[in-house]
Amino acid sequence: MLRKVTVGLALLLLLAAVGFYLLTIPQRLDATAIAAPGSGVAARGERIFWAGGCASCHAAAGAKGADRLWLGGRVLETPFGAFQAPNISPDKAQGIGGWSLGDFANAMQRGVDPDGQHLYPAFPYTSYIKMTKGDVADLHAYLLTLPPVATASPETQLAFPLNIRRGIGLWKLFYRGDDRPVVTAKPGESAAVAAGRYLVEGPGHCAQCHTARGLNGLGGLDTTAWLAGAPNPEGKGRVPNITPHASGIADWSAKDIAEYLKTGFTPDFDSVGGAMVEVQENMARLSDDDRAAIAAYLKAIPAVPTATLGETDK
Amino acid sequence: MANARFLMAGAIVVALAAPVLAQNLGVIKQRQTIMEGNGKAAKALVGYAKGETPYDAAAVAGLFAEMSSGAAKFGTLFPADSKTGGKTEASPAIWDKKGDWADAVAKFQADTKAAAAAKPATVEAFRAEFGKVMGNCKSCHESFRVKLQ
Repeated sequence: MLRKVTVGLALLLLLAAVGFYLLTIPQRLDATAIAAPGSGVAARGERIFWAGGCASCHAAAGAKGADRLWLGGRVLETPFGAFQAPNISPDKAQGIGGWSLGDFANAMQRGVDPDGQHLYPAFPYTSYIKMTKGDVADLHAYLLTLPPVATASPETQLAFPLNIRRGIGLWKLFYRGDDRPVVTAKPGESAAVAAGRYLVEGPGHCAQCHTARGLNGLGGLDTTAWLAGAPNPEGKGRVPNITPHASGIADWSAKDIAEYLKTGFTPDFDSVGGAMVEVQENMARLSDDDRAAIAAYLKAIPAVPTATLGETDK
Repeated sequence: MANARFLMAGAIVVALAAPVLAQNLGVIKQRQTIMEGNGKAAKALVGYAKGETPYDAAAVAGLFAEMSSGAAKFGTLFPADSKTGGKTEASPAIWDKKGDWADAVAKFQADTKAAAAAKPATVEAFRAEFGKVMGNCKSCHESFRVKLQ
C-alpha cells in the first residue's frame, strides 16, 4: 500500500514537472510575423524609439540630451525587486549588436531572448506585441545607429520564486496579450483616434503605468479600468487616471493633452513630475500630429472612475 | 454610567493617538498656497511669452517678485512633521536626499530672484528670464513631487 502511494506521488510529481516544462516553453514569433531582414529604415525608427520610451529605462538615470542615446542600461527599483534593464546599445559583446532582426522582434513582441530565456515583463512586451512588424524593423535599424556602450549588464536578481525565469512562461499563458486593440474602434472613428490607439496601446505602452494590475501587481493589466490610474510602482502616490472621467482628465481638451506632452505643463501650469518627466521628454520628440493623435485617443476611450482614492495619503 | 465610561475610553484613545498623528498641516497649506501662486503667475507669464497678452513690464516684474518671495520662504516649510497629511504631494525624497533638495531650492530661489531683479523691459529679455525660471518646475518635480491622484 505504502509502496503504491509512493509510486503514485512520484508519478504525480513527474507529471507536474513535465506539465510545467511544456507549459513554460518560450513561444517565438512565426516567421511571417517578422519583417524581411534589411527592410528596416533607421530614419523612420527614430520616431518609434521616442514613442517607445526606450531611453527612459535603458539610458542612465537622469541622462539628458544626447546622453539619452547611450543605452547601456540601468537598474529599475520596484516592489518586486531590482530589475536590470540591460544594455541595448549596438555593442557586439555587451549590447544587441549581434542580434538578428528576428532575435530583436522576439524580445520585443514575445519576451524571449536569443538564448530562449523568458524576459521579465518589466520590459513591456505585452504592449509591444501590438506593434507592426515594420515598426519593429525600423526601430531595430535605428538602434544599430546609436553609440555602442561596452558595459556589461548584470543579471537581474530577484527573490524566490520570481527568480525562476521559466515561471514567466506560466505568467505569459494568461497575460501575454495579443495584437487586438484594447479599446475597439467605434463606427466613424477619426484617423487620429486610430493612430493614437496604435501609439498609446502599442509602442507608447502608457497602460503599463496608468492601468492597475491584478494579483497585487503581479497579474496582467485590468482592461476594464483601462488607463484609469494605478498605484505608483516607485512608492508614495498614484499614477493618474488619464481617462475622460471627472476623476481623470475630463476637463482637459485634446489640445491641452497635446500641449502637456509637448511642454510638460498642465492647463493650470502645474508641471509634469516624477517618472512622467522622462516620458514627456520622449513625447516632445514626436510630431504635432502624433501628439494630437494620442490626445484624440485619450478623449475617445471609456471614462472610468479612479478605483481607490485616498489610500496613499494618511 | 456606561456612557461616561465610553466617553472616557474615547478621550484616552484620542489622547494616545494625537501625538502619533501630529502633522504640521499649517506649513503644508503654506507651501501648497505658494505653489498655487506659482501656477497662476506662470499662466499669466505664458500669455506674455506667447504674445497673447500685450507685454507689460511692470506686471511682469510684479509676478516675478511674487515668485521670488514665495521661493525665499519655500525651503523653510518642510519640517520633519510635515511629510504626510493635508494631501501633500511632497516626495519622501525631500527628507531622504537633503543635499539634492537644498540645491534644487537654492536654484529656484536664485533664478526667481534674478528674474525679479532684472525687471525686463522688452519681451525678448523677459523670455530669457522666464525660460530659466520655468526650467525649475520640471526638474524639481521630477525628483521631489509625487502625484496623489
